Amino acid sequence: MFINLVQVFLVENFTPYSALLGGALIGLSVTLLLLFNGRMAGISGIMKGLFNAPQDERVWRFTFLCGLIIGAIIFQQIMPDFVVPRQGYPLWLMALGGFFVGIGTRLGNGCTSGHGICGIANLSKRSIFATLTFMGFGMLTVYVIRHVL
Amino acid sequence: MKKIFIALLSGIIFGLGLSLSQMVNPDKVIAFLDVFGQWDPSLAFVMIGALLVSFISFRLVLKRPEPILEQSFHLSARKDIDKALLTGAAMFGIGWGISGFCPGPAIAGLGMGNIEALVMVVSIYAGFFFQRWLGKIIS
Repeated sequence: MFINLVQVFLVENFTPYSALLGGALIGLSVTLLLLFNGRMAGISGIMKGLFNAPQDERVWRFTFLCGLIIGAIIFQQIMPDFVVPRQGYPLWLMALGGFFVGIGTRLGNGCTSGHGICGIANLSKRSIFATLTFMGFGMLTVYVIRHVL
Repeated sequence: MKKIFIALLSGIIFGLGLSLSQMVNPDKVIAFLDVFGQWDPSLAFVMIGALLVSFISFRLVLKRPEPILEQSFHLSARKDIDKALLTGAAMFGIGWGISGFCPGPAIAGLGMGNIEALVMVVSIYAGFFFQRWLGKIIS
C-alpha cells in the first residue's frame, strides 16, 4: 500500500496543486452562476439550450460559452507552454467520442460539471450515481483501448 | 444585462480553471482514467478543489429565498435513478474515455485553437441532435 502511494506520487507530471487550484476556480465559477443567476453550471445543458431554449434564455448561455473560450485564451496568453496539445490522435476517434458524449450527456441529463460538481455539491443522488457510472465507464474504456486492444 | 455579465464572468473563471487544472489536456484526462496503467491521479484533485468550494458555497447560497438577479433557483427536482440516467452516463463515460474530452474542455479548447476540440464540439452537437431524433422516433 505504502509503496503504491509512493509510486503514485513519483508519476511524471503529477500536478496536484495546479489541479486543486484550477478546481477551486471552477467551484467559484459555479457558485457565482448559482448565487446571481440561480443556475447550475452544467456545460452540456448550457450547450444544448444554446439552440433549443426559449429565445431569451439563449443569450446568457452564449455568453457563458464565450467566457469559457475567453478564459482559455487569457490563460494561454499568461502561460503559453502550460497546456501541451496532443499530436496525431485520429480525428475520427474524436468524432466517435464526441458523438457518444453528445448522446450520453443528453440521455443522462448532464456531464462532469452538471453531475460531477454541481449535482454532487447539491447531494443529488442522481448525480452521484451518474458520476460513478461515467467515471467507471471512462476507466473501463481507457483500459480496453490501452491494455486490451 | 447584469445576468449576461455574470454568465460571461462565470464562464471566464470556469475556462481559466479548466486550463490551469489541465482538464483541457486529453493526455492528462486519459492518464487519470488509466487506473490499471501508469495512473496519474492529478485530475481527482480538480474535483476535490471544485467540491471543497461548491459544497460549502451551495449550502450558503441555497439558504437564500432566491438568487440575487432572478426570482427563483433553477434546480432539478428529479430524484429517480432510471435507465436513461445510467445508460446516458455510461455512454458519456465511453465517449470521454475514447476522446479525453468532456463538454467544458471541448468548448474551452476552441480558444486554444485546438482542432481536436473543434471536431469534439461539432460531434457533441451531432450526438445531441441524434439523441433528440431517436427520442422522437421511440416515443
